[in-house]
Amino acid sequence: MWEQIRANRRRSVLLIVLMGSLLALMGYTIGESIVGPGAGPLGLVVAGLIFLVQLLVYYAAAESVLLAGMGARELSREDMPRLFNIVEEMKLASGLGFMPKVYVIDSPAPNAFAIGRKPESSAVAVTSGLLSQLNRDELQGVIAHEIAHLKNRDTSFMTLAGVMLGSIIILSELAWRMFRYGGARTSSRSRSRGGGGQGQAVIIVVALLVAIIGPIVAQILYFATSRKREFLADACAAQYTRYPEGLASALERIASAPARLVVSKATAPMFIVNPLSAADRESTGLFSTHPPTSQRVAILRSMAGAGLLDYDAAYRAVRGGGLIGGMTLKSAEAVPLRAASAEGPLELRPEAREAVQRLAGYVSVPCACGLEARVPESFSEASVRCPRCGTVNAIPSASVTGSLPGDAAVVAGGALDQPALQFTRRGGAWETFRCACGATIQLSPSFSGTRVRCGRCGRNISVSRAA
Amino acid sequence: MTGGTIGLIVIIVLLVLLVLWVIGVYNSLVTLRNELDNSWAQIDVQLKRRHDLIPNLVETVKGYAAHERETLEKVIQARNMAVAAKTPGEAAEAENFLTGALKSLFAVSEAYPDLKANQNFLALQEELTSTENKIAFARQFFNDRTMTYNTRIQQFPANIVANMFGFLKREFFEVREEAVREAPKVSFSK
Repeated sequence: MWEQIRANRRRSVLLIVLMGSLLALMGYTIGESIVGPGAGPLGLVVAGLIFLVQLLVYYAAAESVLLAGMGARELSREDMPRLFNIVEEMKLASGLGFMPKVYVIDSPAPNAFAIGRKPESSAVAVTSGLLSQLNRDELQGVIAHEIAHLKNRDTSFMTLAGVMLGSIIILSELAWRMFRYGGARTSSRSRSRGGGGQGQAVIIVVALLVAIIGPIVAQILYFATSRKREFLADACAAQYTRYPEGLASALERIASAPARLVVSKATAPMFIVNPLSAADRESTGLFSTHPPTSQRVAILRSMAGAGLLDYDAAYRAVRGGGLIGGMTLKSAEAVPLRAASAEGPLELRPEAREAVQRLAGYVSVPCACGLEARVPESFSEASVRCPRCGTVNAIPSASVTGSLPGDAAVVAGGALDQPALQFTRRGGAWETFRCACGATIQLSPSFSGTRVRCGRCGRNISVSRAA
Repeated sequence: MTGGTIGLIVIIVLLVLLVLWVIGVYNSLVTLRNELDNSWAQIDVQLKRRHDLIPNLVETVKGYAAHERETLEKVIQARNMAVAAKTPGEAAEAENFLTGALKSLFAVSEAYPDLKANQNFLALQEELTSTENKIAFARQFFNDRTMTYNTRIQQFPANIVANMFGFLKREFFEVREEAVREAPKVSFSK
């Protein structure tokens, strides 16, 4: 694994160097031909500037902004201990040096992704649909794939390659505009000087070729690398979990799920299966970021063992041509498969949704007819009408009791001149209620204390159980 | 430049290259060894976590199934043995024993529906199951790295450097499957 990452790093550096050279070449030839002879270095400078600006944008963009834009919420270990445990298991199996943050997106479409340029800002996100439709082995496979991306530094590398690609495309566009509006000024100048026409024409032709073909070549390289990285992540995931069938059946379910995650084209490549459309998932085109899902599944299912060697053999069988470098394979050992684990679906759909809404600060108001209303914090009424049966139900809130004995000493830090609040719990499940200031307070089933502090106004609310 | 001078330069260049190679191999061995120590530390963390969870578990079960004394005592005994283990080999044996004891405890608790409904017990069960998984994965990674390290220090020509600087072969963290399948025998050895 270690050697494979080293080989990866070398290939990554090569790709960046190639793209960088292409960018420099474009800058120089375009400068020479379109701006004028001797302007080659100027073209280089312009190309360099474009790249620097793009790089600045890359470094300035925070992962948290991207995640917030998708409606992802950060989870703590108490919110979903089983999901956290799976992420930690895969962190140990991969030898990743840090624990990524865990996010959940409220959507019935099953999908997952990983981002992060640095360990501190790395994160893994899953949808609530994923949690409720996959069993433990399948979820473990998906998380293993995402952790593999983090371990192989795909998240930072592919973004950097994207920056280079963007620079190349911008430069090419610029060249086109200048050519169209400015014309090839060099030809007229050289004609007036006489004798230099031939050389200039060649440069113009080269520049045009480079401006047209450059971006295409860069894109082909970029997408080919992206697809290769997806296969490598699959291979690593199989090795970490020792159970490739888990990831295989997870991919099948994700690809065939009817619900779709709505994302922009820019973020689509980050997901484990391309969320855009069924056609995209199976596309074998040069310009798709992910390999066709059916191929990925076929390779995983035809593995004889769980190691990189076995993945490579299966890859050769399905696609012809190897994936992993020869040097890595020589040092790889035989890795046996393990049996499936017995656990069923990790979270039932209602529970997974509930967990997400809890995090969003919703208060749940059950009605006698069976319907449970979810009331957002911004809803300011004291009661809500059940849409099914019409009964008006009060929103659970802390009620005023007057001060309890000994409160003065305990309420230090809270508002002493305000009346004390108390709340009576129903039972052993998650409960949400409102403080007098309007903030939502959540009590977990394992909370056995008698007081809770409101996060917004700081008041202590005493909690008791119904007899 | 005389032939002698050229010869000297060639020898010096070769020596420099040799030294660089030795440094390279040494550094990579050090990196591997540190990775190994680190992954052992990871296993250690999970093992300790398991040891810490057990007293709470025993107390919870006692509250509902107090007369299952034998099983409970087995677990406590196994835990104490595991805490006292020193080498990876010893630790592996003790942890195996503990896994077996926990398995019988969870099997026995199937007969107590009140216990199974207890939130605390369920949370502990999930934590212990997950800790077992984490130990398994950390051990998996540790053994993979140990294999790589042992192979590296034994292969020619890196073994010369390894012997020069005292890189020793490392023990695996073995799991002897037979021990888990047998009914754990309570031993009263010190």
